Amino acid sequence: MIKLAINGKAITTETGRTVLEVAREAGIDIPTLCSHESLPPYGSCRFCIVEVRQRGRTRMQTSCTLPVAEGMEVQTHSARVLKVRMILVELMLARCPESPVLREMAREIGVPHCRFERVRGEKSACHLCKACALVAEMPLKPAEGLPSTFVNRSGCILCGMCVRLCDDVMKIGALGFEGRGMRRRVTTPFREPSEFCVTCGACSSICPTGAIELLRVRPQEPRPIPAEFDFGLANRKPIYIPFPQAVPRVPVIDKEVCVNFMTGGCKICEDNCQAKAIDHLQQDRIQEVEVGTVIVATGFKTVDPRRMAYYGYGVFPGVYSALEVERLVNASGPTGGEVRLRDGRTPKSVGIIHCVGSRDKKTNRWCSRVCCMYSLKLAHLLLEHTGAEIYNFYIDMRTPGKGYEEFYDKLLEEGVQFIRGRVGEVTDWAMTPDEEGKLVIRVEDTLAGFVRRIPVDMVVLSTGLEPQADAQEVRRLFNMSCGSEGFFLERHPKLAPVNTFTDGVFLAGACQGPRDIPDTVAQAGAAAAEALVLIDKGFTEQEPNTAYILEEECSGCKSCVALCPYTAVTFDEAKQKAAVNEALCKGCGTCVASCPSGSIGQHLFEDKEVFSEIDGVLAD
Amino acid sequence: MNEIPSPAPAPAPWRPRIIAFFCNWCTYTAADLAGVSRLKYAPNVRVIRLMCSGRVDPQFIVDALAKGADGVLVGGCHPGDCHYVEGNYKMLRRFRLLRRLLKNMGIEPERIRLEWISAAEGEKVKRVVNELTDAVLKLGPLNLSQKAADWDKELAALEENIKAAEAEPAAA
Repeated sequence: MIKLAINGKAITTETGRTVLEVAREAGIDIPTLCSHESLPPYGSCRFCIVEVRQRGRTRMQTSCTLPVAEGMEVQTHSARVLKVRMILVELMLARCPESPVLREMAREIGVPHCRFERVRGEKSACHLCKACALVAEMPLKPAEGLPSTFVNRSGCILCGMCVRLCDDVMKIGALGFEGRGMRRRVTTPFREPSEFCVTCGACSSICPTGAIELLRVRPQEPRPIPAEFDFGLANRKPIYIPFPQAVPRVPVIDKEVCVNFMTGGCKICEDNCQAKAIDHLQQDRIQEVEVGTVIVATGFKTVDPRRMAYYGYGVFPGVYSALEVERLVNASGPTGGEVRLRDGRTPKSVGIIHCVGSRDKKTNRWCSRVCCMYSLKLAHLLLEHTGAEIYNFYIDMRTPGKGYEEFYDKLLEEGVQFIRGRVGEVTDWAMTPDEEGKLVIRVEDTLAGFVRRIPVDMVVLSTGLEPQADAQEVRRLFNMSCGSEGFFLERHPKLAPVNTFTDGVFLAGACQGPRDIPDTVAQAGAAAAEALVLIDKGFTEQEPNTAYILEEECSGCKSCVALCPYTAVTFDEAKQKAAVNEALCKGCGTCVASCPSGSIGQHLFEDKEVFSEIDGVLAD
Repeated sequence: MNEIPSPAPAPAPWRPRIIAFFCNWCTYTAADLAGVSRLKYAPNVRVIRLMCSGRVDPQFIVDALAKGADGVLVGGCHPGDCHYVEGNYKMLRRFRLLRRLLKNMGIEPERIRLEWISAAEGEKVKRVVNELTDAVLKLGPLNLSQKAADWDKELAALEENIKAAEAEPAAA
C-alpha cells in the first residue's frame, strides 16, 4: 500500500494505479479529454497536468500516465496548474474554435478569449470576445473565406481516442493518423471511404469534441437496429434491456450486431461492468428436465396488418397497428407517452378500425374477443393525450366483461364517435380540399345508410389474434389436436376446457383460443390445479382396455412386437411367445388387429364383441 | 265367415346400410361435434366406436359386408396426429391390401372408404357420409348372401346338367 497526498489530503492506495484514478476516486475532479476506461493512458491532450512534488523537486506531469508513488504530493488546482490549463484551452480553441466542449471548458476555466491566430494574417475565428457574451450564445459557423485546409470545422484536437479505440479495442482499424506537425490529421487510409468501418459509432461517441462525422468515414447511413419491443418506432443498441418490465430485468447482447462477435474486440461493456456480470463467451445450454405433467401456454400472435393491403399499413406512414399505438401512449415508450406521428405532428383526428383480420372470410373467421375492448381503451387514451377527434369503426361492440359495458358508455359520453360499418379502404387520394394531406377512411355507415369518407391524420388498425406461427410443430411435440383455426383443442369445451386428449398435458391461455387477461389467469389457475391433482394423487388411473396374450394359441410369429409405439409388446425368448406389459399398454388395439392367429385380445374391445356389434347394427 | 285377407305389404324400397368404424379420439369426436352442431346428413351410417383405427381388423370389414352391409367407412386421425402415434398408418396398409383383395372378389372398391377426420372436422363427417351414401346408392345393394345363394343355385343347375348329360348315352 502506498501513502500519498493530493491537495493536502492523505490517501492510501495500492500500487500500480495512476494519480488520475486515485484522485477521481477521492472525489477530486481533474479535467481530461483523452482518457477513457477502456483505453490505456495516452497523455495526448495534456489537460490532466498536475503539479507533483517528489523528493524535494516539483514538476508538471500528466496525472493519467503518472503511477502513484510513496510520499508523493500532488496539487491539482495550484496557480501553476491553472495557468497551464488556461493556455492549453486557448491553444485548443485556436485549432478548433467551434467545438462546444472546448468552449464550455474555456468558460469553466475562465478563459476570456483566444489570443492566438489560427491562420496567418487572419484573426482568430473563435468569436469568444466579440460580444463579450456567454460562449453558448455564439454562432457555431466559422468565419467566411477561410481556406479549407486549415479550417478545422470539426474540432479534432488530435487526442487519438478514436484511432486507439477503433484499432485496439474494436479491432477494426479503419482510422489512423496521417502527417506530422500542423498537417497531422485523423483520417482513413488514403483518405478513401473505408470499407472496413462497420459503422459501430464508437469513434463518434468517444470523441470528446464531437469532431467525427461517421458519414465521412463510411459514406452510408448506419443501419439502425430497430427495437423489437417498440415495433421499430425506436432504435436500440446491441446491448439493451428488452423492456422496462422484463423479467429478469437484465441487459441482453444481440449477437448479430455486437462488435465483439464480429471482430473479437470492444468489450467496453464488460470493462465498465462493476459487478463483472458480462461474459461474451456464454454458450447456449440444452437442458433435459424430466417432468410428469406439462402445461402448454405458448400464447398467440397478432394478425400481420400487411395482409390487408387496402388499409395501407407499411405504405402510408400514418397507419399504425394497435400494438404500435400502445407503445406510443406508454410513458416508457419511444416518445415518452406523447402521441406523435412519424413526421412529428400531433394528430388532430384518429380513426380506429376494429376487426382487422377477424370475423373475415378472407383472413380469419373468428372473433378475436379482445380487440373491441382494447380499441376502446386506445380511443380513451388517445383522446386524453391529444384531444383529437376519435372515430371507432366497428361491426358489433363486444364488451362482455365486468365493467366493460360501463366503460363503453363512458366513451360515448366523452364524445368519441362510433360508426357502425366495416372499413372498405384507407386512401390518401383526396376528393375535396379538406381531405388534402390526410388519410381518408372509406366506410359504409350502416346505421345512417350511406357510404362516408372520413379524413383523419392517424389510422389505428385493431389487429386480431391468431395461433402462433409454429403452433403445428408445438402441438405435434405433445401429440395434441388442434381445431380448424389452428388453436389447440381442449378435451371438452364445457367439461374439460383445460385438459387435452392426452393425460398429463394441459392447456392455458391464448394458445387454446383468443382470450383476455382475466380469462387467461383463471384458466392458468385451473390448469395448475389439474396438474397438481395428478401430482398429489400419487398414482394414476389407467384405462382398462389393455391387450393380453392367449399364450396357448400364440405361435411366436412376432408380427405384433414391432407394431407397438409404446414398446409394450415384447417377445419372451424362453417361452417363444409374445408378452404384453400392461403398464405400458395404452389400449390402441393395433397389435390385436394384426395377429394372424387371433391370439391377442383387447379388454372391452374383443373381436367377438365387435362382431356382435356388427350383427346388432345390421339387425334391421 | 271368410276372413278378408289383408293385402301383402309392398316391399320397402332398398336403403343402403353402411357400417362405420370410427376411432375414438378424432373421428368419433368429430361425429359428436357434427351432432352437437345439428348438422343434417344421411342416416344410413351406423357407427361402431373403436379406440384407434389401427384396431380395425380386415375381418371386421369383410364380416360387415358378408352380413349384409352395402358399404364400410373407416375413420381415423390424420397421418402424424394419431392419438396412439402410428395406428392410422397400420390401418392404411391393411386397407390398401384389402381393397385389392375385395376387387378380386368382385366387390366394387367404391363401397369401402378410408377417411382421415380430425376432432374439429364435424363438417367433414357430414360430407363424407353423404358422399359415400350417394356412391353406394348408385352401385345398388351388395347383398352378398343373396349373391352366394344365386351362385349355389347356378352350381346346382350345372350339376344337374352334367348328371343328365352323363345319363343319356347310357339310355341311347
